[in-house]
Amino acid sequence: MMEYTRKILLKGNEAAVYGALLAGCDCYFGYPITPASEIAHTAAKFFPKLGRVFLQAESEIAAINMVMGASAAGRRVMTASSGLGISLKQEGVSYLAGSELPAVIIDITRGGPGLGNIGPEQSDYNQVVKGGGHGSYRCIVLAPSSVQEMCDLTAESFDLAEKYRTPVYVMADGVIGQMMESLKLPEPAQKKYDVPDWALDSVNGRNNMITSIFLEHDELEAVNIKLQKKYAEIRATEQRAEEYCMEDAEIVFVGYGIAGRIARSAVDRLREEGVKAGLIRPITLFPFPVESIMKSLDNAKIYFSVEMSCGQLIDDVKLAIECARPVKLINRMGGNIPTVDEIIDKCRKEVAELDKKAE
Amino acid sequence: MAEIVKHARPKGFFENFDRRPGAIHKNMHYCPGCGHGILHKIMAEAIADFGIQDDTVIISPVGCSVFAYYYFDCFGISVPHGRAPSVGTGLNRANPKNIVISYQGDGDLGAIGFNNFIQAANRGENLCVLFVNNAIYGMTGGQMAPTTLPGQKTVTSPGGRSVMNDGYPMKVAEMVSTLDAPVYVERAALSTTRNIMKARKAVRKAIKNTVDKKGFSMVEVLAGCPINLKLNGKEMNEFIDTQMARFFPLGCLKDEADQRDPVKRTEGEHDPERVREALYPVKVQKGVDDDFRNPSKIFEKERKIKVAGFGGQGVLSLGNMIATMGKLRNFNASWLPSYGPEMRGGTANCSVILSRKTVGSPIVDKDCNLLIVLNQPSMDAFLPILKKNGVLIYDSSTIDPPKVSKDKIVYAVKASDIAKRLGDLRYANSVILGALSVVMEDCFLEGEDKKDFDRTFEEAIMDCFSNKESVIQLNIESFYAGKQAVQRI
Repeated sequence: MMEYTRKILLKGNEAAVYGALLAGCDCYFGYPITPASEIAHTAAKFFPKLGRVFLQAESEIAAINMVMGASAAGRRVMTASSGLGISLKQEGVSYLAGSELPAVIIDITRGGPGLGNIGPEQSDYNQVVKGGGHGSYRCIVLAPSSVQEMCDLTAESFDLAEKYRTPVYVMADGVIGQMMESLKLPEPAQKKYDVPDWALDSVNGRNNMITSIFLEHDELEAVNIKLQKKYAEIRATEQRAEEYCMEDAEIVFVGYGIAGRIARSAVDRLREEGVKAGLIRPITLFPFPVESIMKSLDNAKIYFSVEMSCGQLIDDVKLAIECARPVKLINRMGGNIPTVDEIIDKCRKEVAELDKKAE
Repeated sequence: MAEIVKHARPKGFFENFDRRPGAIHKNMHYCPGCGHGILHKIMAEAIADFGIQDDTVIISPVGCSVFAYYYFDCFGISVPHGRAPSVGTGLNRANPKNIVISYQGDGDLGAIGFNNFIQAANRGENLCVLFVNNAIYGMTGGQMAPTTLPGQKTVTSPGGRSVMNDGYPMKVAEMVSTLDAPVYVERAALSTTRNIMKARKAVRKAIKNTVDKKGFSMVEVLAGCPINLKLNGKEMNEFIDTQMARFFPLGCLKDEADQRDPVKRTEGEHDPERVREALYPVKVQKGVDDDFRNPSKIFEKERKIKVAGFGGQGVLSLGNMIATMGKLRNFNASWLPSYGPEMRGGTANCSVILSRKTVGSPIVDKDCNLLIVLNQPSMDAFLPILKKNGVLIYDSSTIDPPKVSKDKIVYAVKASDIAKRLGDLRYANSVILGALSVVMEDCFLEGEDKKDFDRTFEEAIMDCFSNKESVIQLNIESFYAGKQAVQRI
């Protein structure tokens, strides 16, 4: 056996495909879009090498529906896109959620609205984290902030999708997708996953059917209640966040993806100056890491939502602490990335104002 | 009293339609005179006769037949409007054993989902598409379909379909038959007994093709919707056979199944060793062990590096080589290209960070420890971010000596000139890498590290060009040329 322990350098987008293949993903269906295209390129290179399915779909809509078909067949399947492509997929995602079909969708976010640009915004937060399509559904949303996490979380997303029979998003911004970092590849799955018992596969007899139409109001209400129970279970068990310098933090930054990493550097600088700053970096956006944030309330006097959107993440921070502390926005848009200096300046200004009020 | 002859239901149907909610479990939900019931019966008979129920998936579209899965004793799935051929593609590609029947109406296939249909046909997916054309939207209450006839009144064409406003009836079978991939295209009608028998033959043939993995087969079936067309049974059949058939002539448009080889699909490889072999490059075997620590103090802190120049000077791959070198020495390395419109405007830059710890922000926009510039605009743009005691390396063949404060360390190398002499401007980045190795020796490396760092540089070059082996040797030559030529200013 060869030795495979050394680190390799990969782009975030490439690492996601490695993670998927190591987790046993059998099918990739997608439509090219910047800045997610390397995912399709890498998938096109490796899926056929392993006899697995790579198919460039004619549209985002076709891709998500091919995902639905493969998922219904009980196979591990993924797609990837960005901003506007995700908007196009939303009907299909709603069907996946309504039909309780697992799938992995990678969103490498870009600037919007409209055609926007290919710069790294995080403005897909609302459309990905809050459901996005029609109906009361949620998807599990994982937010990697490094190339290692792009690989690991994508691999893990297949298990989560299957466990809860729900679509799972891996949502990263263009920076995380485009940057290269050294990473250690996880071990490949030791055996092929089992075809689930609900799948349309002859190993399950032929009685299975998959649908999301329920004409009787009571029946559809029951389906919705069942879905909400599932989401409650996900909220109770799957919250995840990285807490950095949070033991005594009075100033708490909340940021995910690339914004989280920049906030981490801001925390380092503030700590060097003796300021008690800390970072909560959500790794799951749904479920939102409410427990981590609640835990921080004892010491925290102010929160900052650091994001590359108009103030989308901030809503969840406010909800998590039920507005018990001031929550301020530090953001850039249009593909701009907040700098460490900007974060620190804004933080100082707001803290000074808060202290003045306290006097 | 005459004996009533009751024919048994085809075996492809459930004995009782228990999936249907409400009290009625013996009858279908379709209106009297509707074509769906007849077509369902033909399908049910076929899947039972062919013995394929265990592997058959019937896709219910959006339309009156959305509940087709109430009736068929095989797998069923209901899908978004118009997307049945895409879902079918997924079902069959994921598991080629699946025999997929995509059942679609004229709105589903001819309007909202036409692209998904025609693309699946063009790929030659192993699907059986049954297209029910009744010239009207049934489920939503009698609106115009793409196949509605000119002058035909519907609730959305109350004055009759106007070809000026709405165009002509869509000839789906003709269109799909012009493509190369489909193997079988026929148009049939569910009107007279004779026509129904022809339709039966066509549907069975299409399903059989799918069983034999022959690729894409489609039968367009002209069917009645007497309720929405406000016709009685006799009038309905006349409408189909005279008016509809004028625009949609019956018959076979294409039948090449006998000449085609079965569609080949592979099974996914899941053996962990094979997966490893495919994914893990052999080059990862180079470098130091995971627990290796470089003794030089310089590496205890995060090191921020900026590389900038014209696009095409190998700026990004120089950054890549530096990051690779870091990786080979067991550092956490990040490499971030500036991407977006500026790349196309002619300048390129990348940020590289090497660190023992987790790298925070991967963006180098301040406190730069090492700045490498390959053109004048980059010098002007990035010199201000160079930190006190930071090192500058620049291409002195194209850039004027910079005015810098005494707290900066400056190295010059005629990278472009040397690269041109070696045969290609693109070697300039390896020349710079050579200069960097001298900088490392002069300023940073201590003890053990000094001995084997050049080997690491060489390995980084090999690593980065492993898919272009022919250029490795010249890049290594360029590296040593740069090492010789660099001068501290």
